[in-house]
Amino acid sequence: MDTLEIIKPENKVYGKPRLMNDNPMHYCPGCSHGVVHKLIAEVVDDMGMAEKTIGIAPVGCAVFAYNYIDIDWIEAAHGRAPAVATAAKRLNPDKMVFSYQGDGDLAAIGTAETIHACNRGENIVIVFINNAIYGMTGGQMAPTTLLGMKTSTCPYGRNEHLNGYPLKISDLLVQLEGTCLVTRETVHTAAAIKKAKKMLRKGFENSMNGKGTSVIEFVSTCASGWKMTPDQSNKWMMENMVPMYPLGILKDK
Amino acid sequence: MQHEIIIAGFGGQGVLSMGKILAYSGLMEGKEVSWYPSYGPEQRGGTANVTVILSDERISSPVLNEFDIAIVLNQPSLEKFEKTVKTGGILIYDGYGITQKPTRKDIRIFEIDAMNTATKEGNAKAFNMIVLGGMLKTTPMVKRESVMAGLKKSLPERHHKLLPMNEKAIMRGMELIQEVK
Amino acid sequence: MAEEVKLMKGNEAIAHAAIRYGVDGYFGYPITPQSEIMETLMDEKPWETTGMVVLQAESEVAAINMVYGGAACGKRVMTSSSSPGISLKLEGISYMAGAELPGLIINVMRGGPGLGTIQPSQADYFQTVKGGGHGDYRLITLAPASVQEMADHVALGFDLSFKYNNPAMILADGVIGQMMEKVILPEQKTRRTEEEIRKAQPWAALGKSADRERNVVTSLELDSAAMEQNNLRFQKKYKTIEENEVLYEELLCDDADYLIVAFGSASRISQKAIQMARNEGIKVGLFRPITLWPYPAKALNAYKEKVKGILTVELNAGQMIEDVKLAVECKTQVEHYGRLGGIVPTPQDVLSALKEKLIK
Repeated sequence: MDTLEIIKPENKVYGKPRLMNDNPMHYCPGCSHGVVHKLIAEVVDDMGMAEKTIGIAPVGCAVFAYNYIDIDWIEAAHGRAPAVATAAKRLNPDKMVFSYQGDGDLAAIGTAETIHACNRGENIVIVFINNAIYGMTGGQMAPTTLLGMKTSTCPYGRNEHLNGYPLKISDLLVQLEGTCLVTRETVHTAAAIKKAKKMLRKGFENSMNGKGTSVIEFVSTCASGWKMTPDQSNKWMMENMVPMYPLGILKDK
Repeated sequence: MQHEIIIAGFGGQGVLSMGKILAYSGLMEGKEVSWYPSYGPEQRGGTANVTVILSDERISSPVLNEFDIAIVLNQPSLEKFEKTVKTGGILIYDGYGITQKPTRKDIRIFEIDAMNTATKEGNAKAFNMIVLGGMLKTTPMVKRESVMAGLKKSLPERHHKLLPMNEKAIMRGMELIQEVK
Repeated sequence: MAEEVKLMKGNEAIAHAAIRYGVDGYFGYPITPQSEIMETLMDEKPWETTGMVVLQAESEVAAINMVYGGAACGKRVMTSSSSPGISLKLEGISYMAGAELPGLIINVMRGGPGLGTIQPSQADYFQTVKGGGHGDYRLITLAPASVQEMADHVALGFDLSFKYNNPAMILADGVIGQMMEKVILPEQKTRRTEEEIRKAQPWAALGKSADRERNVVTSLELDSAAMEQNNLRFQKKYKTIEENEVLYEELLCDDADYLIVAFGSASRISQKAIQMARNEGIKVGLFRPITLWPYPAKALNAYKEKVKGILTVELNAGQMIEDVKLAVECKTQVEHYGRLGGIVPTPQDVLSALKEKLIK
């Protein structure tokens, strides 16, 4: 197959999702956010729900999520996305509502909102990006930062006596009656992306079927915050993050 | 015509609901009414009081410093409110639990043996209605039919079977009350 | 058919008025002295009649952010609390102002600071009308003085708030919330349909239809130049509100030598004090601001050379007095009388203060 033949429309094997717009992304090279955005855009479009989806953006790197996916968005205060999503969904039961949150937003300042939205079994999807660091503010310690891991606010490494332990919030959420799906995914390989997309779709379907709250955690990279190349971060993630945050379905009912 | 009343006693004596029924009775007669309670932890065991105003005109302040009628159902309330009765006004107390009787000479003082009677006659729940009946005997500010209508209005329907018992209590109170001279 | 006169607490009147106004959602957290609002709503079960959503949130913070979320969908949503809880809501209120979202917040004030007391107070005046939350924003503030106004201000608050895409607050206190008076409730309105909301609030995040760009509800703008423009737009809006939406009441002011300026429960107590003063031959009038922001400064200014003195009566240490002094340009004597920490002054207290501070 020569070049001309390859670019013929009928030979297209992959394209940018329809709902991803042309705004240049502010995410760093190697960051997981871009891939997760793409998956959400694909799933929403595949489900034919583009006109009925409301996304809730967090405070953190994904604060600008609303710039990239062509749906209606509400930008929430730090940690409050599950409360905002609760109202959006309860007042509009026919809409598909999801929050998109980082580890600081979901597991530190917003712990109460996260736990109580899940405990009420709100029919929403919580997309949780866990990269063990505060990216937007420049690399400070997150609730999920690993022991010994260095950040700008634990420059000698996270110490359990000083900082407590990495918070496995998804394991906590499993215990709540209101959650129907809790799973941990990555997006660092094609196979992982494929599996993650399936889980996302399942979560969104759960929300429209009134099954309760679905939490899709993405163990993610932050190449800039971790001060590594994208390739190094993927390796580091698999070697260090995944043992602490094991992948796979934690709950599916 | 305006009637300014304070009802005070222990939480649980039905002070607030007595005031409420009085306010509803006023409402039945088309009067202007206000009901302003003490609220919060006072309701639970401490002292509770409620200011009720019945008036033919728009009521200005729901909060008052002096009253035409004070109904006091325990010693602390007597001590607190005896001095707030207007000269020529009325103080009503139940002797039960009162160790030091009121002393003012410039007001009319009434005693009503409501607690003992209610207990003796197996009607403890209607204690406050006995007191209300007594007060209406001293100052018929609303008709008995209006009280019954007000009671009906303020009680949930499932309690309407208690209406005759309450009416009896009001009449009992009218018999019981006695001026202390 | 004659409208039915009901007897109820101020807090209960708010709940009933909200259902009848066609409010879409209420999100709250219990705190004395306003818990009857949510209790009444839960008891009435409006989700079975009008479809109104009522939810007890996990905190005041969550509740105001639920209001933010509902408002972002163009819905009529509200929350209520009392002073300490309102402090927690201020972040959310600032976000609503910044995102230009309408919504109604009710503060049934109690004595502070801190956990303070549960008894009535008006000590959140500064917090409400001078900011409270961060940033240059204004909160439309209504001060009901009766149970009837508690009911009426629900509609008024929503109407103003939706007219200007700005949050509004009903600033009541424990007296007005807890007392029972006669009230005539408004007619039952139906809740708006999604079509109506999409038309009236084209900015609402209700799902991006094919015929428009995506809607993003946010208060964030990292470009300072653009953020300054946003602020200038807000300021212009606030000026329009100040010019058009001022409400106040004057009672016996025509021949008054002295003026009492008071809002909410303090204005009711002052009314009685004024009757007592007039019985003694002292000519006092009552000026009652109904909107605390926008403040009726212009109307009050007219008295600066007409009266010998002004007494502000507030259940606080002297907060509104600053706005009164500004309004009359300090051209007449302005004094303050107030009780603190949940103590409610009596009409006699007010009369004595009037004599002591102004007449002597």
